[in-house]
Amino acid sequence: MRAFAHLLDRLSLTASRNAKLTLIEAFLRSVPDPDRGYALAALTGALSFDAAKPAFIRKAVEARMDAQLFAWSYDYVGDLAETVALVWPARPGANREPELSEVVEALKATSRAQAQQLIEGWLDALDADGRWALLKLMTGGLRVGVSSRLAKQACANLGGVPIGEIEEVWHAIEPPYGDLFAWLEGRSDRPSPDAPGRFRPVMLAQAIDEAVDFAKLDPADYAAEWKWDGIRVQAVSERGERRLYTRTGDDISATFPDVLEALDFEGALDGELLVMHGGGVASFGDLQQRLNRKTVDGKLMAAHPAGIRAYDLLLDGEEDLRGLPFAQRRKRLEAFVARLSTSRIDLSPLQPFETWEALAALRADPPIGDPAIAEGLMLKRWDSAYEPGRPKGPWFKWKRDPHLVDAVLMYAQRGHGKRSSFYSDYTFGVWREDETGDRKLTPVGKAYFGFTDEELKQIDKFVRDHTVERFGPVRSVRADLEFGLVFEVAFEGLQRSTRHKSGVAMRFPRISRIRWDKPSREADELSTLERMLDG
Amino acid sequence: MSYPAVIKPQDLLCPKPGGLYCPPGDFYIDPVRPVDRAVITHGHSDHARAGHGTVLATPQTLAIMAERYGEDFAVVGRQPLAYGESVTINGVEVSLVPAGHVLGSAQAVVRWKGMTIVVSGDYKRRRDPTCARFEPTPCDVFVTEATFGLPVFRHPDDAGEIAALLKSVAQFPDRAHIVGAYALGKAQRVIRLLREAGWDRTIHVHGAMERLNRLYEVHGVDLGPLAPATTERGKAGDFAGGIIVAPPSALADRWSRRFPDPVDCFASGWMRVRARARQRGVELPLIISDHADWDELTDTLSELRPGEVWITHGREEALERWCELEGIPARALRLVGYDEEDGE
Repeated sequence: MRAFAHLLDRLSLTASRNAKLTLIEAFLRSVPDPDRGYALAALTGALSFDAAKPAFIRKAVEARMDAQLFAWSYDYVGDLAETVALVWPARPGANREPELSEVVEALKATSRAQAQQLIEGWLDALDADGRWALLKLMTGGLRVGVSSRLAKQACANLGGVPIGEIEEVWHAIEPPYGDLFAWLEGRSDRPSPDAPGRFRPVMLAQAIDEAVDFAKLDPADYAAEWKWDGIRVQAVSERGERRLYTRTGDDISATFPDVLEALDFEGALDGELLVMHGGGVASFGDLQQRLNRKTVDGKLMAAHPAGIRAYDLLLDGEEDLRGLPFAQRRKRLEAFVARLSTSRIDLSPLQPFETWEALAALRADPPIGDPAIAEGLMLKRWDSAYEPGRPKGPWFKWKRDPHLVDAVLMYAQRGHGKRSSFYSDYTFGVWREDETGDRKLTPVGKAYFGFTDEELKQIDKFVRDHTVERFGPVRSVRADLEFGLVFEVAFEGLQRSTRHKSGVAMRFPRISRIRWDKPSREADELSTLERMLDG
Repeated sequence: MSYPAVIKPQDLLCPKPGGLYCPPGDFYIDPVRPVDRAVITHGHSDHARAGHGTVLATPQTLAIMAERYGEDFAVVGRQPLAYGESVTINGVEVSLVPAGHVLGSAQAVVRWKGMTIVVSGDYKRRRDPTCARFEPTPCDVFVTEATFGLPVFRHPDDAGEIAALLKSVAQFPDRAHIVGAYALGKAQRVIRLLREAGWDRTIHVHGAMERLNRLYEVHGVDLGPLAPATTERGKAGDFAGGIIVAPPSALADRWSRRFPDPVDCFASGWMRVRARARQRGVELPLIISDHADWDELTDTLSELRPGEVWITHGREEALERWCELEGIPARALRLVGYDEEDGE
């Protein structure tokens, strides 16, 4: 448990992806089975327990210490699990520290009443870090900034294999993954990925470089279709197993029972998960209402019905189509979708075109309806086989030009790792008239990339020279009608948001240019952004 | 001259705007403004200020003050008092007893007409290879700090923290580890603990701590090979895989940019709380403190069982509450002028 606790502790304060990978890989290398397997399961969200609830933890600690002292402690720390981990008054004579595997196996096997006794015993035996890890594990959601994809990447690094090979077997293996580690360490063959309903690693597109690529590409070699603004999914229905996966192989079946019910076929579809109203696509914001939920209720499903817009077919009945050229797969897909009796799955239509110029015109001025809110276009070579990963050449994405807005730097926060001595995370705002008619800045977003290292140094100096106030790692920077630094901010879309004071939230904002030349008073107004709202 | 029939503790020591004052002895302990006669518990700048008339302290503390403020820091003169010796000032007996906080740190023991008050200054109970260990002294009134006076602050064993640092150095051989540590006490303790853990490579140090490091060495604390953390002679890559010790403020400073992809570490009791580490952008918190944690504070009070506890600075309310539950009379002095943050 100690090694796992230290891993979580480090991960929770480490920002760099590479550093996280190093930590996880070192852990997997040094900790024996089955503990490392359960740790991997915890990191990938594959463990859940319902035997322990936070309310019980609070009661247990208050039975052991003065309520006032606990209240002050909780008030200071602000997080219940961490407070309990720190203040826990251990009773002497505790047992030895439990291993992670003991904890996981015992929690799975016991009733709620027994679990409480067990947990108190473990809390007595563990140190503060161990208690923190135990409480995080029990209450679900480690929140240490590690995606399941990252954890799988660390496994891939451990074994020196492509991550696709791990994703492919992931759903055929179970915690504590003894067979996976045996394979990664060269002690046995790769576990069989043949379990029905498994995930197939997806094929990804490269961003097209307009200046270079088009000159080399023949339009006759490529099919074009809209790039839908939902999330990429793989829908599998195989010998009674139905699964819905994200493009990294995360199983999101439980979040979309309505879609799962519609998978009345034998095969594996590649497509875009969208919220659809009467056959029309809703904005990404609507889809977001449905994402990242463990459970879903009927009301939400009725308000935001989800469906799939299919663009590839990987498995037709029992036949694996991935080796076939796209042109043939497409024909099979059209026939496959035509046979379905559900309205939740439709076909992503191809856009016929003769020249790149004609396609550019279509992209710049899409027809009214669904294409108007597409992210751009996809180009796929007619002869391309379905290859996992991001091969060069067969598929391109050609995104619509981003939205641009001029905003004023308001706050800057210190970065991490290489950037820890730089103010590199910027909150920017646009002008809005308040009740009295004064123009005030209102924050509309935050960005931390899009500039060069040289520009970062310049902005950092600007921040230090024009700091108005400091709050921990954050500085507020002088920004008023007379003075301020203007950023040209690029973003992909804009949605209404009740969480932001401005009422709008940007998708994927980044700094596109630093406008040292532009007076702050000439930055954009909130009303300009409101006119850009999606849908 | 007449005295009250029964001596009350506040006849011997009482809080004044300038600090804790002894009326019969006519001196202050750790005064925050210039006074004629001062007894100084230790060399941290919020306790040891320049400009007093006569300064009584341990020889080490006097040396630290001279290093920081110049040889003329005391207007009239210095009065060194070694651990265990005593001196009588206007009929009040004063002695200095190790407090275990930093080099030269002392508890001021004040005795008068059968009444004993111990002003512990800042203290800790655990072993520290750079200073003498705290000695408990029976007393009528124990004056305690409460910097970490909340049950959440329970410092782990410092060897474990140093092991975590060395493990990280091994895991990230291409990065430099910068340890933020207060220049007086913490820095030397971290360096000494690294030596005890077997780290014998050169440790690079920030210019602001060089003189204090030398002073510690003069007083018998072997810090091993040290070098200034400058890039003048080499390249930034020279620091990869190395350990650098710097004042905490240098972590956020442009100064730290000379190092390759640094791992910011901070040696402080505050690092016990994750939000604190996150707030400062610390990647590797090292929970190493020169102050007593909650258990040390309460264990000390249980051990001494003084007639009364006075709390000088820190989180008084929780420690007062604990005393109330234990049936020990306690009161907060609410002295102002002592740092609760930067000394750690």
